[in-house]
Amino acid sequence: MAKNKDILKSKTKYRSIWADIIGVTATFVIFILPFYFVVVNAAKSTEDSFRLNMAWPKHWMLWHNMKKVVSDYHWHILKSTYNSFIITIFSVAALVIISGMTGFVIHRKRNRVSSVANVLVLTALVIPPAIVPTIWVLQKIHLYKTLIGMIAIEVAYGLAFAILIFRNFIATIPKEIDEAAIVDGCTGWNLYFRIIFPLLKPVTITIGIIATAGIFNDFTNPLYYLPGEDNATLQQTLFSYVSRYSTQYNYLFSDILYITAFPLLAFIFFNKRIVAGMTAGSIKG
Amino acid sequence: MKIVRNSRFAKVLMLGLPAVLASAMLAPSAHAVTELTFQTWNSQDSRDKWDALTAAYMKANPDVHITVNYVPGGVEGDALVKSELASGTMTDVFAYNVGALMQAIDPVKNLVNLKNEPWMSTVNSGFIPSATGADGGIYAAPFGTAMGGGILYNKRIYAKLGLQVPLTWKAFMANNAIIKKAGIVPVISSWKDSWTAQLFVLGDHFNVAAAMPGFESKFTANKIVLTANPATMAGFAHLEEVRKAGYYNKDVASTTFAKALEKLALGQGAHYPMLSAGIDTIVANFPTKASDIGFFAQPGTNAKSNGATVWMPSGVYIAKTTKVLDAAKAFVAWTVSKDSFVVQNKVVPPSGPYFIKGAPVSGNLTAVFTDLYNYMQGKNTSYPALEFLTPVKGPNLSQICVEIGSGQKNAVQGAQAYQKDLQKQSQQLGLAGW
Amino acid sequence: MAKKKGIKSPYSNSLLVPSATLYMILFFVPTILSLFFSLTRWTLQSWQFIGIDNFKLYFSEENLRIGFRNTIIYAVVTSGLKVIIALYLANFLSTKLRATGFMRSVMFFPTLVSTIGVGITFSILLDPYEGVVNHGIKIVAALVGKTTDGPGWLVDPNLLPILSVAFVDVWKGVGIATLIYIAGIAAIPRDYYEASSIDGASARQQFYKVTVPLVRPAMFSVIILSFVGGLRSFDLIWAMTGGGPGFISDVVASINYKQYTSGYYGLSTAGNVILFVFVTVLVFPLSRFLNKKEVVI
Repeated sequence: MAKNKDILKSKTKYRSIWADIIGVTATFVIFILPFYFVVVNAAKSTEDSFRLNMAWPKHWMLWHNMKKVVSDYHWHILKSTYNSFIITIFSVAALVIISGMTGFVIHRKRNRVSSVANVLVLTALVIPPAIVPTIWVLQKIHLYKTLIGMIAIEVAYGLAFAILIFRNFIATIPKEIDEAAIVDGCTGWNLYFRIIFPLLKPVTITIGIIATAGIFNDFTNPLYYLPGEDNATLQQTLFSYVSRYSTQYNYLFSDILYITAFPLLAFIFFNKRIVAGMTAGSIKG
Repeated sequence: MKIVRNSRFAKVLMLGLPAVLASAMLAPSAHAVTELTFQTWNSQDSRDKWDALTAAYMKANPDVHITVNYVPGGVEGDALVKSELASGTMTDVFAYNVGALMQAIDPVKNLVNLKNEPWMSTVNSGFIPSATGADGGIYAAPFGTAMGGGILYNKRIYAKLGLQVPLTWKAFMANNAIIKKAGIVPVISSWKDSWTAQLFVLGDHFNVAAAMPGFESKFTANKIVLTANPATMAGFAHLEEVRKAGYYNKDVASTTFAKALEKLALGQGAHYPMLSAGIDTIVANFPTKASDIGFFAQPGTNAKSNGATVWMPSGVYIAKTTKVLDAAKAFVAWTVSKDSFVVQNKVVPPSGPYFIKGAPVSGNLTAVFTDLYNYMQGKNTSYPALEFLTPVKGPNLSQICVEIGSGQKNAVQGAQAYQKDLQKQSQQLGLAGW
Repeated sequence: MAKKKGIKSPYSNSLLVPSATLYMILFFVPTILSLFFSLTRWTLQSWQFIGIDNFKLYFSEENLRIGFRNTIIYAVVTSGLKVIIALYLANFLSTKLRATGFMRSVMFFPTLVSTIGVGITFSILLDPYEGVVNHGIKIVAALVGKTTDGPGWLVDPNLLPILSVAFVDVWKGVGIATLIYIAGIAAIPRDYYEASSIDGASARQQFYKVTVPLVRPAMFSVIILSFVGGLRSFDLIWAMTGGGPGFISDVVASINYKQYTSGYYGLSTAGNVILFVFVTVLVFPLSRFLNKKEVVI
């Protein structure tokens, strides 16, 4: 904002103030009002929230409502928070590690393996997964309805996009760097993890953020592959609360707020990084 | 007290490790606790009941520990139960629907036959057909109460307008006209929860069965064309007729089950085609209004043959994959014992009769209970719903009913679509004649 | 190693093993299996081969027509709007305004939050009688002397429900498309703009003559990503309308889910095969076409 050192012509400056005002107002109405709506209704009493309007709460009951939502049904939401975190952390970690390795090899190796791999990656990016047969396979290998199975699925489904972006980014790393390392006897896994992986930090962060948001908010895949209340992720829990709290909107919105708090915190702390990382030109499709 | 999760594991440890170590690691109790797993729906009433029941059972049987797994209701729950049975990961004991939905989980293959259990003789014979598998085995113990499928109505409005409980559909529509004139919504419906839209069709089975004796076997054998009989068309036609008369609440498409009950309880609407158990939600949310609500059977064409379509209670099943069959059987036997009913009555007063002979009934009984009880005690004034008499039941009926009610389809198109839905389901189940 | 050149490649194939294993077991094998199981009546425990009956049944379903129609409408509307709106937003946010950083962040935030949460919130905002949106419409209508109930966004028995969900999808997803464009615009060399302003081009002319043609690679990414996403979309629709009222807002993915919950595993798998053929037939030619265009430029 104030860092902007360019001195603009006064005419442009005048126009840009208006653009600022209109832009900010529009952004506010379109993007912030829905969040405002969630927050004020999460803070109301049940009777107050029944009217579903934008008015400020008569009594600020956010803390009370949150406590109720969190402690409800034997603290069920904590169990699903745990499930969501385990799935997200492990699958994102596994995803960035193995897709980076793959992107590296299929970019550097110009042979049949890599051209087949490229086709497979594009196919996986487009084709929807075959759901029931996947359930059948998971049952056969005893991973159906397990967190490990769910993690494996999230990684498998996230591979194509991650590999593609890693590969494109690796294309910008000069091959001379590998060659120098190879001369020093650094090959295979060492070459990747010692030399290349550290250079991938920006793109790793970008992919990590996209994958975290995608996996944390994934509803469909746990619906199929990780059913059951014990296994429920936060998204599943939220969905089931719609009918549970169908006349108690304050609790429903408190639940939405609870679930949104995690990305919000991440966003507040990493905002600059996220937007900078996303715009760093690493996404080339 | 620490609880041992797996008795086998406990035994191995006991035998294999020095006693000191074992006693330090394990529960201080003298012998291992039997672990039993149980699964039921996660709805509030189901939770309240089963939390109380399992707690009471564990108190009476300290050597058993029951872990309860809750699953969603509706189609998500159906899918889950099917996949759990198919993958051998079902809990030892579980609660699920009887009737067509039980047939869809292949009881002969997946469930333990309970026909020779000592308590089976106490089960009301009306329940048996809906829990019987293709091999004649009986697979479920009844849990909960009967429900009537018909019309919940606001008695206060009826008294104010001087209306009589209608015995024919014509009389019902005449009542509706008067109610509308009085500025009250005649028929509440709630299509946001689309399952609630089916009641006009499903609740009409008493009338279908009265008009067409032997209907169920013909229906199961694909010998019925829905559009060819006035009786089978009636339910679909009602949906259309009420729409054309403008009797639904204007926000019907965005109304939920809970909202609809609220409208009924507060007297904003006079009728709600619903299961009698809807009263439980009113008791919970509007306790002072519960006595305003009554129940009557969905009226047909003939005032002389008037009766309620009755839903069976749900069933308690034992999965064949259980490793603690005796403990599972003991628990199921207890759920149909007097002690169990005492606990159930305490949680919520029954909204209909239990299906165990001599089961005690107590608590603040509602008018809905009395209305339903009278239908079930009368001669030829109640009949099971179709889904408890045949394995054929299309999963898309609720959406089709919404389509008719909202005018996307007329009654005939709706019935045709449902016939196709039945055909698809029967073919997928591999039933003969489809 | 006595093969060909006798030198072991420094790029070890073993680095491919983890991803190849997961891909094979959890994606490739099930996809191949789906070709077989779509020809069966299947209980997960046993199957019975029934030829193409599932496909016949699937295509005989009148609601499937609605499903395909909605899937295409949804994909075209969401990707089309994202492509256009995000381009203008990115252009606006690439100018040197004070609030750019703030607006970028705010716009991006919805892409991080729960789709289900967004779906629930908007279905309440869009409630025909109690929703804030229609209350607002009523107030505005009253100001100009008219009375209206406002549209039944999610409950009218016509195209409106699927379009309403599509708009919410755009709301949630436009941020990421905008960032892709911003990256694309940032990569355009400044010389082009300087040259054109020396020629006396207005900001508007610069946008159409410089930005739009040169941002095409980013545009194609946005098109393909959002189009594929739109064709496969399920969760937002399921959370907002459940495919209803009736079947009016069903898409192919929600139909497949309903077949699955009914225990029609073979049929649901056939639906999956149909969806994948459908997506392939639409997306690969589209991507070919776009790639060709890119070469021309």
